[in-house]
Amino acid sequence: MTPAALARLGGGTSRHIVILLMLLLAVLLAPWAVNDYLLTVLIVILYSAFTGQAWNIMMGFAGQLSLGHALYAGLGAYVAAVLFVDYGIGPWIGFLAAVPVAMACGAVIGFLAFRFGVAGVYFAILTIAFAEFARIGFDHLPAVNASAGLFLPVRQATRNDVWHLRGSPTMFYYVILAATVAAFVLCRLLLKSRMGYFWLAIREDEEAARAAGVNTFRYKMYAVMISAALTSFAGVFYAFFYNNLFPEQVFSIGRSIEMILGPVIGGIGTLFGPILGAFVLTGLAEALNAVMAFYGLDIPGAKQVLYGICLLVVIVALPEGVWPPLARRLGVGKDKL
Amino acid sequence: MPVDVYLNVVVAGILTGLVYGLMALGLSVIFGVVRVVNFAHGEMMSVAMYLAVVLFSSFELDPLLMLVPIAAVMFVFGYVLQAGLINPFITRPEHSQFLLIVALALIIVNALLIVFGPDARTVQTSYAYDSFQLGPVLVDASKAYAGGAAIAFAAALFAFFRFSRVGTAIRACADNYTGALVIGLNVKHLYALTFALGAACVGAAGSMMTLIVDVTPVLGPTYTLLAFVIVITGGLGSMAGALLGGILIGLTEAVAGLLFTPSAKSMFAFAILVLVLLFRPQGLLGKRLS
Repeated sequence: MTPAALARLGGGTSRHIVILLMLLLAVLLAPWAVNDYLLTVLIVILYSAFTGQAWNIMMGFAGQLSLGHALYAGLGAYVAAVLFVDYGIGPWIGFLAAVPVAMACGAVIGFLAFRFGVAGVYFAILTIAFAEFARIGFDHLPAVNASAGLFLPVRQATRNDVWHLRGSPTMFYYVILAATVAAFVLCRLLLKSRMGYFWLAIREDEEAARAAGVNTFRYKMYAVMISAALTSFAGVFYAFFYNNLFPEQVFSIGRSIEMILGPVIGGIGTLFGPILGAFVLTGLAEALNAVMAFYGLDIPGAKQVLYGICLLVVIVALPEGVWPPLARRLGVGKDKL
Repeated sequence: MPVDVYLNVVVAGILTGLVYGLMALGLSVIFGVVRVVNFAHGEMMSVAMYLAVVLFSSFELDPLLMLVPIAAVMFVFGYVLQAGLINPFITRPEHSQFLLIVALALIIVNALLIVFGPDARTVQTSYAYDSFQLGPVLVDASKAYAGGAAIAFAAALFAFFRFSRVGTAIRACADNYTGALVIGLNVKHLYALTFALGAACVGAAGSMMTLIVDVTPVLGPTYTLLAFVIVITGGLGSMAGALLGGILIGLTEAVAGLLFTPSAKSMFAFAILVLVLLFRPQGLLGKRLS
């Protein structure tokens, strides 16, 4: 694609595209410029950017507040891990198996909520309840080793095996980078599609959307299912990157809340918001880590307090998030990227 | 298992459920009037629990006696919170208010973790192992006192809303926001007062709860969710519904803990939530949704 065509796709000018291409080049070359620790931080950032984008489809586009997205990531992680550990089936096939599971789960929650008029924060409570249900359920499920946790066999990587997602951090970095870029393109396409406009109509005024003939039930279901499917990939990645799964961790409310912090801070409903939010949040958390390490402190919970304060400040002072005002300053605001 | 084992568990479940009910009553009152979903409800409860634990371990003060001062402290906390932080958000979108309180909850839980550490704290009263024999039923003394105190506190709150002028004014705000402004009520003050009353409920409930469970920082989110399950089950905006929901959930947890495993008991509370949403979305005592 030419820069001009890219510019049309991104809704900016060619100057912005040059900046964007430079950023892209920077992230492509990053593994050669940073050490292993920073590379891991970048992986964490991209992971959170990816899950943030997935969540943003539901809340940012369709206006359905989910606080239980750890459920879909956890299901993806467990499906792929069980297939790999028990049957030797690789993560990509595992992902294909995880998607329908996550989508079915999203569909059940969506059906229960949307058919019976559970909306707004009550919908959010329902999503948490299902994630908690899964957490406690998996904690008592012998097939996944219950609360003792499920471990993926780690072998010393001599070469990068993308097919089995076994290898160096550099390989994981490129996998999650590709996924993040793919999710960005998908979000962009979705937002500019017929369905995307229906979602925005539902988000702004559901009654009006229904009156205008939008099948709100169907499109809200699509939003939940697409979001769940994307999030399940994050789970598969998580399982193979960390190699251990505990229900207490993967399904916890804390995990769900961490997932929404990036997009809320970056800007709900925007395309760049979740990515920017991930960089800002993880950047701040790492800075805090560095400061604490410098003073020889180890305070569990300090990072979460920082997250809470960031969230508080952004919601009070920048209700749109960080990206929209920044975008206006950069002159790309008119299209609400 | 013999019948009296079941009877004991049922009675214990109902008594614990009364304390749950008082906690959920706070949430219900706040939502019913201020229309703000207090997602930091369980976190506020754990603040009260730690207050009770500290007062007990430092000064040997009994949580049952301390529930009034702790409720008073939480009352002030709630008033300041609503007047300072939440009132300016009344006109913001629902999700914005919700995320504000999520941030607050995140801060409270982890601040408690930093201050008190992850280990469980307990309150060992002199009557911790006492019990009453009522016919075939053995009633745990701590739970009986806590349940009784919960009923007394809830009754006082009912009386306040029913008979006092301020209580009537608060109900007026809940019924008709614009009308309340028109007749000259100080709605912001009444909202803050309502939030304070809701916080006092959790304060009292938290103090009583230390007699029944061990205290850890992670209890916060669990209790928030439990309070929501109870309020939705009992019926939004129904004060009696919150108590009934509390008893029902307490009972369910106790019986599930006996028949299955105690760590899986909350699953049954969630199952009840889903059933209620499916078959009676307005809750057991809620008004039918239009």
